Amino acid sequence: MAITPPEQRIWWKERIARVELYWIVIAFLWGLTMFFMMIYWHGAGEQNLSSEAYRIKPQQFSQKTQEMIDAYTVRQEGMYPVVHPPPGSDVYLIARLWQWWPILELEKDQSYRLHLSSMDWQHGFSLQPVNINVQVHPDYEMVITIKPDQAGEFGVVCNEFCGIGHHTMVGKLYVVERSQGD
Amino acid sequence: MATIMSFRTCPTTGLRVERSAERLIKANAVIAVVFLAIGGLFGLLVALTRWPAVHFLPADWFYLALTAHGIDVLLVWIIFFEMAVLYFASAVLLNSRIALPWLAWTGFGLMLVGAITVNVAVLQGQSTVMFTSYVPMMASQSFYLGIILFAVGALCGCVVFFGTLVVARRERTYQGSIPLVTFGALTAAIIAVFTIASGAIILVPTWLWSLGIVNHIDPIVYKTIWWGMGHSSQQINVSAHVAVWYAIAAMVFGAKPISEKVSRMAFLMYILFLQLASAHHMLVEPGFSAEWKIFNTSYAMYLAVLGSMVHGMTVPGSIEAAQRRRGYTKGFFEWLRKAPWGNPAFSGMFMSLVFFGFIGGISGVVMGTEQINLIMHNTLYVPGHFHGTVVAGTTLAFMAITYLLVPLIFRRELRMKKLAQWQPYVFGIGVAGISLFMMGAGTLGVSRRHWDMTFADAQLPFDYPAAAFMMMGLNGLFAVLAAVGGVMFIVVVVGSVFFGRKLADDEKPAYPPAPPTATVAQYGSEPEMRIPGTTLLVGVFFIAFVLYYFVNWKYLSEVWPLS
Ligand code: HEM
Ligand SMILES: [Cu+2]
Ligand SMILES: [Cu+2]
Repeated sequence: MAITPPEQRIWWKERIARVELYWIVIAFLWGLTMFFMMIYWHGAGEQNLSSEAYRIKPQQFSQKTQEMIDAYTVRQEGMYPVVHPPPGSDVYLIARLWQWWPILELEKDQSYRLHLSSMDWQHGFSLQPVNINVQVHPDYEMVITIKPDQAGEFGVVCNEFCGIGHHTMVGKLYVVERSQGD
Repeated sequence: MATIMSFRTCPTTGLRVERSAERLIKANAVIAVVFLAIGGLFGLLVALTRWPAVHFLPADWFYLALTAHGIDVLLVWIIFFEMAVLYFASAVLLNSRIALPWLAWTGFGLMLVGAITVNVAVLQGQSTVMFTSYVPMMASQSFYLGIILFAVGALCGCVVFFGTLVVARRERTYQGSIPLVTFGALTAAIIAVFTIASGAIILVPTWLWSLGIVNHIDPIVYKTIWWGMGHSSQQINVSAHVAVWYAIAAMVFGAKPISEKVSRMAFLMYILFLQLASAHHMLVEPGFSAEWKIFNTSYAMYLAVLGSMVHGMTVPGSIEAAQRRRGYTKGFFEWLRKAPWGNPAFSGMFMSLVFFGFIGGISGVVMGTEQINLIMHNTLYVPGHFHGTVVAGTTLAFMAITYLLVPLIFRRELRMKKLAQWQPYVFGIGVAGISLFMMGAGTLGVSRRHWDMTFADAQLPFDYPAAAFMMMGLNGLFAVLAAVGGVMFIVVVVGSVFFGRKLADDEKPAYPPAPPTATVAQYGSEPEMRIPGTTLLVGVFFIAFVLYYFVNWKYLSEVWPLS
């Protein structure tokens, strides 16, 4: 029994039952499959998170964001500037207590280099309903190249606990059809 | 040498049980159950708040309750109970005295003081930081101090366990190698040492930071090392509850492992392929390379997962073999149909096995896949997953073995047998429900650790789909069911331990029925062993695993391209 010493002291020389052996082999091959699947996706899949990141101070990040806002704001929505940067450019999104700042307006099927960083605590970038979820840290700037393939209005929910206002931290992101004249 | 030791002989198993080991087991188990009750209550309050139609607590209390819930159940309940398991698997199963009882009591005291300190810190309201306490959000210093004290206490317990193994070997209290269950406990204890070391490396500096002595803790370094503790401690839980499965299979059926070698190797996998780097908590953090993530989430071959998949066959397989020996040989499943479903130790153990595999296990591997994590990170999918592992798996297994410990160690007759009989079903189904519905809500994007999924107070509006609200309503219903199951457990255990009839020293408890002793001969060397029922179950599991795995790649492929 499992609560008494094994009958054979030298248990590591025991015979293995055939069913067990088959299962071990199958489970092992499945493990290998899952391992190679991740590598395969790097070649064949379109969703692979970048590892590009930099150390940065909150002031520097907010300054870069402000420059983008100054250059490309197209309208105001309440207190939020709506920023429409050119396709292919670097776009910035600030996470802070308890806002995603500013509102970005992107064009469908264009790539952008999205920079994310926090001014204070950790936050969670959760783009909904697309369901892209990325952790946002203070002192680190993460850069992801995204290519929105649907037009519409999206929510940016904070999904890392960031204090008492955490559940009010919602941002917005627009994706519009390509602008005329491109 | 006059050592003051007293032993009694267990009338059921014939094992010699040292009184002081017995007292330690009792003390740790009792405190564990107390914290399960407290933590479970917080869990219910949290779930009621996340039920949109009820929305029970105000925001500040919700986050406070969530912090307390995580700490009291994940840390305090489970680890206190694991101490009881360690002492049981060493002193009792090896027929030995316990080594260094004073150290064991010191450890117990430190853990208790630590647990109370953390709880007070949280309830004072200055430490609402979740049990993960990610920097730079800061808790009051006593929060970190409490966790450190608790961890040091647990370390003392591990030392006592190792010491007891040495004593038992030296004093030849058993023949040959240690039993499989003790081997599993040994695995857990070794991993615990590694875990506590990681914890110390990160929590001591963090404590100093909260005291103003250290001035900066890097958030990514913190998280990486913190999960070196947080993740490996889950491996302790798995080792411990798998050991408990084997123990229950032995005590209820007299089951023998199909082969000792395979089962022990599977435990060894947990130590060797423990994911040191805690990588699958870091899959969407800035700056980690894909190679690092892929290698460390899988160690190239998913060998720790392999270990669990092996136990998933060998545990039910050993039960099937024992039952077939006893004549339940019809068809695939007579052995299972005729199993003692009215014995809460068995029903709890078997549900723990099934839910851990199908719900917790599969979802964990899927979520820990490098790219797929992107569609699940920090959504309710995560708590859905770990209520499948640590509640439906570990907690239910620990509840199940408690039904055996009450007569065997506490020497009390189990009271309220009908209630006990139903308890694993009510709790198990409730927990399976909350796991699945949280996973469902997470798949729809709903955030974890979040007070208001309607975003009523937000500056900008956003609406989750209606289906997500339905999931959270169902989650609330099943949470109530789980809580009822939890209360049933506490009532039965407290009722029996404090008010149950004392068993005479030489009295065999009538309930749960004693195991059929040693009727089961060798399996390890059987020329052919037939376990078709288990094979079929394992086949179903494997198909479910493969399908679900690829369905999630499909979901991922629908997300915006990103690189
Ligand atoms: C009556 C039983 C239980 C119920 C109803 C319950 C319910 C919940 C709910 C609704 C959440 C919150 C999800 C969120 O908003 O993020 C949660 C979190 C959690 N639960 Fe439970 N739970 C129960 C038992 C347990 C047990 C026994 C354990 C551990 C052994 C456990 C471990 C956790 C942990 C670690 C968290 C995460 C806390 C955090 O995010 O910081 N739960 N539970
Ligand atoms: Cu936030
Ligand atoms: Cu937040």
